Amino acid sequence: MIAALNLTFLVFAVIVACAALNVKDLLSAIVLLSAFSFFMCLLWTEMGAVDVAFTEAAVGAGVSTAFFVAAIYNTTRRTKD
Amino acid sequence: MNKFLALFVTLVAGALLAYGAEGLPPWGDPQQPASIHVSPRYIEKTVDETGVPNAVTSVLADYRGYDTMFETSVIFTAGVAVMMLLRGMNHGKRS
Amino acid sequence: MVRDLDDIIIRTCARIMVPFMQVYGLYVFVHGHSSPGGGFQGGCIMAASFILLATAFNIKEAKMRFTEKVNGIFCCLGVFIYAGTGAVAVIFSGNFLDYSRWTNILPTNPVMARYYGMALIELGVQITVMAVMVSIFLDLVTGGSHEEVMKTDD
Repeated sequence: MIAALNLTFLVFAVIVACAALNVKDLLSAIVLLSAFSFFMCLLWTEMGAVDVAFTEAAVGAGVSTAFFVAAIYNTTRRTKD
Repeated sequence: MNKFLALFVTLVAGALLAYGAEGLPPWGDPQQPASIHVSPRYIEKTVDETGVPNAVTSVLADYRGYDTMFETSVIFTAGVAVMMLLRGMNHGKRS
Repeated sequence: MVRDLDDIIIRTCARIMVPFMQVYGLYVFVHGHSSPGGGFQGGCIMAASFILLATAFNIKEAKMRFTEKVNGIFCCLGVFIYAGTGAVAVIFSGNFLDYSRWTNILPTNPVMARYYGMALIELGVQITVMAVMVSIFLDLVTGGSHEEVMKTDD
């Protein structure tokens, strides 16, 4: 484990998560959430939990993003508040 | 006002979590309680007992097979629930 | 996605990528015994290939390759394979999900019987995850009316 690399990924994940909460466009929020999943995947790989990282990359960054985009496709793209 | 209350609650909860995380064992400590109870047996006996080099797969599919079975059942139930909700709603609207 | 967007670049890229994604999904499943991976991840990658087909072409194209009937059967078949693998061990006087009892059927020693039992249940997980993910995506993207989409396009 490299502490500096770990901390860098963690800081990026927190920044991307805050941006996903604050952005108005829901499609951007989905892409940012996918990026958050990707940073968590990198973090888990770096800590040695490769199976969890693989699951996160396949489900969190891959399929769930497609599900969110499909949900946006049938509802509105702008957030109400 | 409401926003500041939410920020205060979040900060207090975060501080409590950070305080609680102080009591956790260090990362990768071989003497922590999770590492001395049942993990060494899995790590030592996996290849002898199951022939699988990857300990994660053997724990997931063999030693803890019930967990994975009901995880699969949960996914199946989720699919059936989405099917029932969306398709049922649509048929009610059209007819 | 429901509409037919006619873009030759996206279609050609998708056409090239889909077989590789499916082969990679099978590789992740088969190689899950000795490297990271397994049924869940492989099933998600297989489902992503069909989702890519549905997004790049249209729903009809994806459902021609993976029909509704096959989808419904696969959803149940995976759980059935998993539970059936465990139930066979009960028939041969073992505990539920005790794969070493498969030596009564497979001509191997108990250690390798556990190995092959694990491969079988990973196959069940893969089939269920793939079918359920594709089914949820098609339901979400059409609001549950993809049967009617199929009918109107004909």
